[in-house]
Formats: sequence, C-alpha cells, structure tokens
Amino acid sequence: MAEPRGTLDIRGLSARYGPVTALDAVDITASPGRVTAVLGANGAGKTTLLRTISGLVKGADGSVLLGGRDLTGASAETIARAGIAHVPEGRGVITELTVEENLRLGELLGTARRGKGGREHRLDTVYEMFPALEQRRRREANSLSGGERQMLVIGRALLSAPEVLLLDEPSLGLAPRIVAQLFALIRDLVDREGITVLLVEQNARSALSIADTGFVLNLGRVVAAADAASLAGDADLRHAYLGF
Amino acid sequence: MQQFVNITLNGLSQGAIYAAFALALVLIWRATRIINFAQGAMAMFTTYLALTLIESGQSYWVGFAAALVAGLVLGALVERIVMRPVEGGPELNAVIVTLGLFVAFQALAAILFGATFQSFPAPFGLRGFTVGEFTIAFTPFSVFVIGSVLVVMLALTALFRFTDLGLRMRASAFSQEVSRLLGVRVGRMLTLGWAFAAVVGSLAGLLIAGGNLVHPAYMDAVIVYGFVAAVLGGLESPGGAVAGGLITGLALSYVSGYLGSELVTLAALGILVAVLLVRPRGLFSRVAERRV
Amino acid sequence: MRAVLRRLVPRSLLLRNLLGVVAGLVVVVLVLETTSPFRNSQFATMSYYAIAAAGLTVLTGLNGQISLGHGALMAVGAYTTALLLEGGSVPFPLAMLAAAAVTAVAGVVVGAAAARLHGPYLAGATLALAVGVPGLAIYFDGLLGGEQGLSVRSPRPPDWFADAHYFLTAGELGGAKYLAYVGWITLLVVVLLLANLMAGRYGRVWRAVRDDEVAAELAGMRLGGLRILAFVVSAACAGLAGSVLAMVVRLAAPSGFTIVLSLSLLTAVVVGGLGSLTGALLGSALLVFLPPAVTNLGTGAGLTGVQAAQLAPLVYGVVLVVVMLLAPGGVMGLLRRLWRRGINQGGST
Ligand SMILES: Nc1ncnc2c1ncn2[C@@H]1O[C@H](COP(=O)(O)OP(=O)(O)OP(=O)(O)O)[C@@H](O)[C@H]1O
Ligand SMILES: [Mg+2]
Repeated sequence: MAEPRGTLDIRGLSARYGPVTALDAVDITASPGRVTAVLGANGAGKTTLLRTISGLVKGADGSVLLGGRDLTGASAETIARAGIAHVPEGRGVITELTVEENLRLGELLGTARRGKGGREHRLDTVYEMFPALEQRRRREANSLSGGERQMLVIGRALLSAPEVLLLDEPSLGLAPRIVAQLFALIRDLVDREGITVLLVEQNARSALSIADTGFVLNLGRVVAAADAASLAGDADLRHAYLGF
Repeated sequence: MQQFVNITLNGLSQGAIYAAFALALVLIWRATRIINFAQGAMAMFTTYLALTLIESGQSYWVGFAAALVAGLVLGALVERIVMRPVEGGPELNAVIVTLGLFVAFQALAAILFGATFQSFPAPFGLRGFTVGEFTIAFTPFSVFVIGSVLVVMLALTALFRFTDLGLRMRASAFSQEVSRLLGVRVGRMLTLGWAFAAVVGSLAGLLIAGGNLVHPAYMDAVIVYGFVAAVLGGLESPGGAVAGGLITGLALSYVSGYLGSELVTLAALGILVAVLLVRPRGLFSRVAERRV
Repeated sequence: MRAVLRRLVPRSLLLRNLLGVVAGLVVVVLVLETTSPFRNSQFATMSYYAIAAAGLTVLTGLNGQISLGHGALMAVGAYTTALLLEGGSVPFPLAMLAAAAVTAVAGVVVGAAAARLHGPYLAGATLALAVGVPGLAIYFDGLLGGEQGLSVRSPRPPDWFADAHYFLTAGELGGAKYLAYVGWITLLVVVLLLANLMAGRYGRVWRAVRDDEVAAELAGMRLGGLRILAFVVSAACAGLAGSVLAMVVRLAAPSGFTIVLSLSLLTAVVVGGLGSLTGALLGSALLVFLPPAVTNLGTGAGLTGVQAAQLAPLVYGVVLVVVMLLAPGGVMGLLRRLWRRGINQGGST
C-alpha cells in the first residue's frame, strides 16, 4: 500500500464493553503534519477510540493501520514501538518515579525505535522546551502541578520519536492561559516536526482553533467529519454536540 | 553480658537472612500485588539441588551457584506458567495458587530428595571468633552471610537505580498500563522480577541451611519470619524490608534466648498482629492508615 | 421431570434441610453397615475433615476471608478434648461441646484481629498462627505432653446405642464404626445448622460483604462484627472437627496439626467449590480417598513407602493450582454451569 509514513487509518472500528457498544464502525484518517480533532460529549467513546488504537482495549472489530502497516490486535507494547505515542486520559505520569526517570522511559523507547528511522529527540531539548521540568528533574513526579505534569507527558511522548501522537483531553484541569499555551505548543510541534496528532477534546472550541480536520463522535458513531473551520462554523452541530 | 552480646550477634546474622527473604517477597509484591507464599518452598527446593551437587562431589561453590541459577529459572517459569493467569484477578485466587505451589514443591522435594534431615555444609568455619578470653557467637560463616546479603542488596539497588532494565522494571511495577504505552514489555519485566526475587529467596535458603540440617519443611517458619519482616518494613520498600528483617532477627533471637525457642514462631505471630493492627503501613511510614 | 422433582421438595427451608439430614442419616447407616471396618475408619476420618471444611467454606467462600489457621484451631479442639476425657469422668458429648466452645473463644480472638485484614495479609497472619501454635504444646509440655502429645481415650458405645444398633442392623458395632457414627452424626448436625445459617439473613449479609465491602458498609452493616461472627462459627466447627479427630486418632500431638493440615482443608473447599457445603463434603472425600489411591499408584511405580506417601500432598498442591487456573468455581461451579446449560437448552427446545 502506498500510504505515506505516519498516516493513521482507522477503518470500521467497533468496540464493546459487555453489552455496551462504545464504538460503532468508526472510520477516521489522520495525516502527518495535521492536527485531527475528535470531539464529543462525555461517554461518546473518545477515550475508547484512543485506547483501542493503542492496543489497551482488546477484541475490537475493524482495523488500525499506521502508514499502511496493519496494527490491528497487536499488543500495546508493539503499537508503541511502531510509533504511536498515547498520552492517556489523566496524563499517565508515573508518580513514584522522578521527573527525569519518566522522561528516560520515553527516551528508551525512542532509542529502541531510532533504528527504524524515528526523529531524534534528546532530554536536553525537552528541558529546553520546558525549563520547569529541568528544575524538578530529581523530584518525584508526584510533586508536579497539573500543568507541569502535562509538560512531562508531552515531553516524554516526544522523546519516544513518535509518528503519531494521541492526546486524550490534554486541557483537562488546566487554567485557560495554560491551555492556550499548550495548544499553541501542539500546533507548533506539528508544523515543525510533521507528526500526526489525534487530539481528543471536550473543549471543542480550543481544539478546533488549532485543528485542521475534525470528527464528531456521538454514542460511538462518527456523526460529522469535516475540516475544522466548517465544523466550527456549523451552528446546528455546535449546539447539538459540541456545546459552544 | 556475654550472653546478651551473643544473642544480639546471632540475631543480626539471622536478621540478614530474613531481610533477604523479605526483600524477595517485597520485589514480587510491588510488581504484582501477590505475596509469594511458595517462596520458601522454592528456596528449599533449590537448596536441595545444591546439596545434591555437593554430595555428588562438586564443590560448595558449584552447588551455591547452581542453586541461584535454578532459582532464577524456577522463578521465571513459575511466573510465566502459573502466576500470569491469576495476576490482576481476585486476590484470593493468587494466594491459593502460591499455597498450592508451596505444598507441591514441598511434597516433590520429599519424593526426590527424601523427607529426612540432612546436614548441609558451610563454606566457612562455624566456630566463633575469640575476643580476649571469650568466644563470641560470630563466626566466619556469619561474616559470609552478612556479606553476601549486603552484596545482593547493593547489586539490586544498583540495578534499580542505575540501569535501563531496572527503570523499566520499576515502571512496570508502578503502572503496568503506562509502561505498556511506553513500549515496555511488561510481561517480561514481571517474569524477570519473579526470577530475581527467586534468586534472592534461594540465597536466603542457602544461608539458612549452611551448617544446619535441612528437610523439606525447613523453610516453613522462615516464610513467616520473612513475611513479618516485610510487613514491618511496609511491604512496599526494599529498604524497609531490610530494616524489618534485622529487627525481626533481633527480636526473635531475644525471644529464643531468654524465653524459649518454642515460642519464636508465636512471637513472630505476635509482632505481626501488633504491627498490622497498630501500624499497618509498617514501622517507617509517616501515615498510619492503610487497608490491609 | 424437573417440575415434578420441585413439587416433591417441601417449600420451607428448614423442612427441606431436615429432610436432607434424615436422608443423609439413612445413607450413612446404609454405607457404614455395608462397608468394611477399614472403610468405616476412613469414613470417620472423612467426617472430621468435612466438619472443618464446612466451617471453612462459610468463612472463605461466603465471607471472603481466607484462613490457613484452621489446622491450629483444630488443635485447640483436639487438645481440649484430650484433657477433658483424660480423667474418664466427662462424657464425650460434653467434651465435644466444650471443645467447640473453647475453640470458638479462640476464634473470637483470632477473628477480631483477622477482621481488619484481607487477602494476602490475612493469609500471612493465619499462616503464622498455623506455624506457631504447635510450639505451645511443646512449651507447655507438662500439661500438653510435648512432642509426644496426649493420648485420648476414645469413647465406647453406650449400651443403649449398641442395642439400638443391633436391633436395626443385627450387626456388630465395632469401635471404628461407632466413631464413624459419632463423626457423621456430628457432621450432619453441623451441615444442617450451617445450611440454615447460609440461607438465612447472615448468609445474605456475609455474601454482601464479600461481594462489595463498600456498599455493605454504606448499607449500615457492621463489617467488623460480621467478620468476627463468621470466624467464630468457622472456628467452632474446627474445634468440633479437632475433637472428633482426637477421638478417632486417639491422639492429640503437634505433628498432627502441621501447616499441611490447614492447606489440605483449603484444598478441600477450593476443589469442592468455595462457599458450597456439598463442595466441602466432596473435597473432604478427596482428602480421604485420594491418598491411598495415589500412594498405591506410587508404590506400584516403584517409589518407596515414604516417597509414595508424599504423592498425596503433591496432588493437593497441583490440584489447587490447576483448579484456580482452569475452574475457580471448583467441582460445584462446574456442575452448576452444566446444570444451567441444561436448563437453557431445555428452555429453547
Ligand atoms: N471499562 C469500561 N467498562 C464498561 N464500560 C465502559 C468502560 N469504559 C467506558 N465505558 C463506557 O463506554 C462508553 C464510552 O466511554 P469513553 O470513556 O470512551 O467516553 P469518552 O468519550 O472518553 O467520555 P469522557 O468525555 O467522559 O472521557 C461510555 O458509555 C462508558 O460508560
Ligand atoms: Mg474520555
């Protein structure tokens, strides 16, 4: 298949928790150098989508392809090594480890992947990007604030030299000013590094402001898919699903 | 006075062994939330392997090394084959599986190696050093015991603090899901964790056996002492396990020396219950609360 | 077919259980009368395993608390019985009741500590109990006989019982058979009491605590008291079992109450199916009838007697692991699954 590197292709993805259908035949494509937003209300299936892509939810139907490589049903470890970095809901800081140890875990994955031609990232560049982390590098990650934790997990994901970055509600619990900085940073990263970002957000307005395309999920189905500007401009859609 | 010194010295070298055993329990508990009640039986089994080699004419050190390697393999196999399916399930199921292994290993050892008492050699002298005109209860073998436990602890600390493998193992112990997302092969880390723990357990088994009699149940009480030590240390921290081991060794040595050796296991029970009821998070934690 | 069966079974639980016990009694008489003295003594052994296992299944299966200390509790019952029967003036039923009572008191103490522990912590603490208690017998060797233990006068059948027995069966009443009767009648009474308890209010409450501690606590249940009660009931059963054991074996000695005894009981309840009295009976049968079978296999395969004797615990251990991995519900769980499948198929055709 002639898919370009870093294209994430999701086809007919369905997932169930017992009797609950959380994803119902979802088709989504996310391309390199673009931010693809996935929006929807609580319980729409956004987290399930990301967890299925990264191999944490098992037994789904449909397929997940990365640059044409079929990752359906692979283990979470394999998918991470293939270049999909998932920053989970609630961030996934390992609080018992120090800040630097958290980062080193990302770096280890990056080193393991580099043989496969991933971009090189070093601890220093992350510290340059987030000076606050450098000051706290020897502290337990436990002691970080919400914003610092978000920097930590994004830095950690970048160190793993990913082709695709999955972000699950990165704005949750952050002050509006920090959210704005964070989203600017994400946009900047995508423009500079050309990675693929799949951004799950409740905060639809902010997400659409940096996204290129968007998908709206409701009860596990894709109910709208368009470029970000037209989604943001669709008043009915905004009222029905996005709440702004 | 001389008696007190001797009892204390004896308590310290026993305590070092309990510390090693507790450390083995803590390593597994941290990673999988399972107390390996089969730890003692596994150690007994590898010690018998060493004894078999030594009796067939090999040197003590060949037997020693073989027991540690056997521990490594046994730990890995046990995790991979029987513990993996119950990890993360109801806690009672995992407890029952380790107890099943405990009985099975003990019976298997009796079948393969005999159920009688056999004496196990010590690589160093068992006669106490003399200080002035006194002979104290501190022997060249005690030096070896404390030294080898120290070496193992330093090696483990170095592994966990300074190596990539150690970092991956700790990450897997603290958060399996996040570790997976970071490409860590968590299953392998758990297998390795059990393997390393079994090596440390085997070392404890060899050290208890040295210069003593072994039989298939000789580690039964040590499981209890090791568990008490681990709980004293809070069950989470390797450092706590070591301190807990030394405290347990000393306390039990005083009970044995002044009250009677039959009461040692009961005293261990008393310490355990007291700690669990009064300071469930162990002696060294700052918070006293925890669901145990 | 099933509907007919159901109509024949009385509504009231107590009646149903009583009917079960009477039926059980008939079966016991038939079995004991038609089997050899050797089998009789095996059944006597089975009765005390089953009494203890029935108590343990209430604790572990219903209330979710594990105990590796039931062997030690049986020791309490056994030593109490041995001491009371020593002078020859105490009638044995009284000694049995006293054994149950003394062990129940021990159960209050152990249970009070255990009520605050769960899972691995409780397992570790009760393991310490199992390993530690035999030391008491050695420490107080003046009273408890040290390593040798105390020998127990086992009761002779009173004349009225022997007469009634002769009247019913026209057979001889040997010592083994009499003890088997004592054990099984005790077992039937225990099972009747426990079955009522499990089906009643306490059974429901215990299950609620096991399944969702937080919800039970929010519903106003006093978890601590309930757990202690479960422990006491279970301990009283262990005490009775120890009492029967002492009379059957004619000895109460530390070597009879090793950790392997506690683990055998655990095997019985796990294999039978946690929480099921029938399962506890099945598991106890396994403890009695499996060892001779595998020991024979072992000697047949060229093992020495000592080695072959270890095959039984080896099988227990392997069985514990295998059951937990493949069928955590035990035999009763499997049967229930089959039964349900049968109903479903019956319903759909
Ligand atoms: N582990 C689970 N077990 C059972 N049902 C689940 C589980 N996780 C999610 N669900 C259900 O699946 C559906 C989708 O949940 P999901 O977490 O994917 O939604 P979401 O869009 O991420 O919501 P939110 O915005 O609140 O994070 C919901 O109905 C939820 O109740
Ligand atoms: Mg979500």
